[in-house]
Amino acid sequence: MSNPIRVLVAKPGLDGHDRGAKVIARAFRDAGMEVIYTGLRQTPEQIVETAIQEDVDLIGLSILSGAHNHLFPRIMELLKEKEALDIKVIGGGVIPDEDIPFLKEQGILEIFTPGTSTVDCIEFVRQHVQK
Amino acid sequence: MFRNRLSEYELDLLQGLRQRKKRHLAKAITYVENNFLTSRPFMGELHQCIPPGKSDVIGITGPPGAGKSTLTGKLIQHYRQLGKEVGVILIDPTSPFSGGAILGDRIRMSESFTDTGVFIRSMGSRGRLGGLSAATQDAIKLMDAYGFDVILVETVGIGQAETEIVETADITVVVSVPGLGDDIQIIKAGIMEIGDLFVVNKADKEGAERVVTEINMMLDLAPKGSLRPPVIKTVSTKGTGIDLLAEALHRVKEQSMMSGKWKKNREERLWKELESNVSAQWGKILRESSLYANREMLLQLLSEGKTNAYSEAVSILNELRLPSDYGLKKRSFGMLQKIDHLGIAVKDLAQAVKFYHEVLGLELKGTEVVEEQVVTVAMLQIGESKIELLEPTSEESPIAKTIEKRGEGIAHVAFQVDNIEETLAQLKAGGARLIDETPRIGAGGAKIAFVHPKSTYGVLVELCEKH
Ligand SMILES: Nc1nc2c(ncn2[C@@H]2O[C@H](COP(=O)(O)OP(=O)(O)O)[C@@H](O)[C@H]2O)c(=O)[nH]1
Ligand SMILES: [Mg+2]
Repeated sequence: MSNPIRVLVAKPGLDGHDRGAKVIARAFRDAGMEVIYTGLRQTPEQIVETAIQEDVDLIGLSILSGAHNHLFPRIMELLKEKEALDIKVIGGGVIPDEDIPFLKEQGILEIFTPGTSTVDCIEFVRQHVQK
Repeated sequence: MFRNRLSEYELDLLQGLRQRKKRHLAKAITYVENNFLTSRPFMGELHQCIPPGKSDVIGITGPPGAGKSTLTGKLIQHYRQLGKEVGVILIDPTSPFSGGAILGDRIRMSESFTDTGVFIRSMGSRGRLGGLSAATQDAIKLMDAYGFDVILVETVGIGQAETEIVETADITVVVSVPGLGDDIQIIKAGIMEIGDLFVVNKADKEGAERVVTEINMMLDLAPKGSLRPPVIKTVSTKGTGIDLLAEALHRVKEQSMMSGKWKKNREERLWKELESNVSAQWGKILRESSLYANREMLLQLLSEGKTNAYSEAVSILNELRLPSDYGLKKRSFGMLQKIDHLGIAVKDLAQAVKFYHEVLGLELKGTEVVEEQVVTVAMLQIGESKIELLEPTSEESPIAKTIEKRGEGIAHVAFQVDNIEETLAQLKAGGARLIDETPRIGAGGAKIAFVHPKSTYGVLVELCEKH
């Protein structure tokens, strides 16, 4: 049996919904991954520290509050500071198309906008994580 | 002992651990979690560089939803206030269907995520080589080596997992809650024995007092003379009772140390550890043995009733002869593979062949003149071995002398070996008297050599190596 991919599903920012995050967490689990789930309102510091201690292969960020242009780059900055840029980061939630190029420039691997199927998302993770 | 066998990666992990780098601790846990067997030398070296055993290991178990994670979160904070560094291992069940898991215990301890004196690691129970307790044990060892004062291990108390985890902890806390119905969890067989301390959490809810009473009634039944585990009420969401719990934990530790239980417990753990390492290696050897290589064939024989599990088990074990995967000291048992043939001295080969072939029905493989031995031989197949009938072709033949001295009958036993020079050297080292120090050529072009009957309890032994 191969070793499971480890993913952190995190919700930065102050918005109070985690339905989307829970859906994707379950989909990852059903795809055989180990999903660390940390609930609502996580600061970038908490997210990065968790990702390091849990030694995840990938962080999936879910955000609805609109603060992505601030929070996502901050997370990338912290990963860099901790020499943990081997941890991949993807994002999802309500993110306007025009923000996507900027976020990718910051090192976010991919942005999944509402309506993306979980199957595509899982496939993407599998392709980008070497196990 | 293991150092020169470690990879660059393993050496880097060790160095990082010594420098107390969290990233290295995290990577090391992943490494041993994913590579149980191949990481044994690494774990061995870890023990040499940083002898473990300094951390107190506290196991926390109980039914899902009892508030274990919330309680763990509060205990972290308590120990932090005392200036202690805390490592935490949170184990959640792996889905048997997908092999995946949602590890969500962390949610309850987010205050400590960025605390530099805390390290939290979630693990799926997975279907593990060496068992869950072996994987947990490894993670504990790594955290211990890193240098935490206290290590908290949370597991869901269902099935066998919790008793396994207890084997890894110095003190086990069993968490119960009101509202689980009449047959409360603690009555489950075994769970009373594992608790060094009982917590009734959600004491803000109705029925908490009754749970306390029931636990105490169960404890009354425990054999006299054993330490009576304290029963503590908590409301872990509010932090109520945590100070009492911590105090009780401290007391249990002191009592356990005084009574010698602490030490005995740790010795028991060391033994379990040794056993699980041996059995994991053993399992690997077994999976690489002919047992699995010949699976199809064996299954067929088994289902046709041509063999049975009992006798196959014996032959597998005989065949394995315990090689060690650590490669520290390879034990070399004799390279004798089977009885190749039994040599029988006869006066009249034609008559003897007639009997063995026609009367006994053995398959005749052929006859041959072997100049060097001054004999004519006939080979007959019997299972994996053969009968070699030998008739001397002259008075000078050693077989002629044998017949003269002892009459017809078994002249020698021939063992097949895979490397005749090696076996000869081994025999010589073992003090055996050799007739042939170097091999010569026998029937069928095989390399053969004889060992004197004086060294082999009266039987002339032939070694033969075939190609
Ligand atoms: N009323 C009450 N709820 C609690 C208490 N402790 C935990 N909970 C709640 O019980 C639920 C399960 O808690 P959790 O710590 O995740 O339980 P675990 O599954 O045993 O780890 C959460 O919603 C907690 O907020 C308590 O003392 N009183
Ligand atoms: Mg829990």
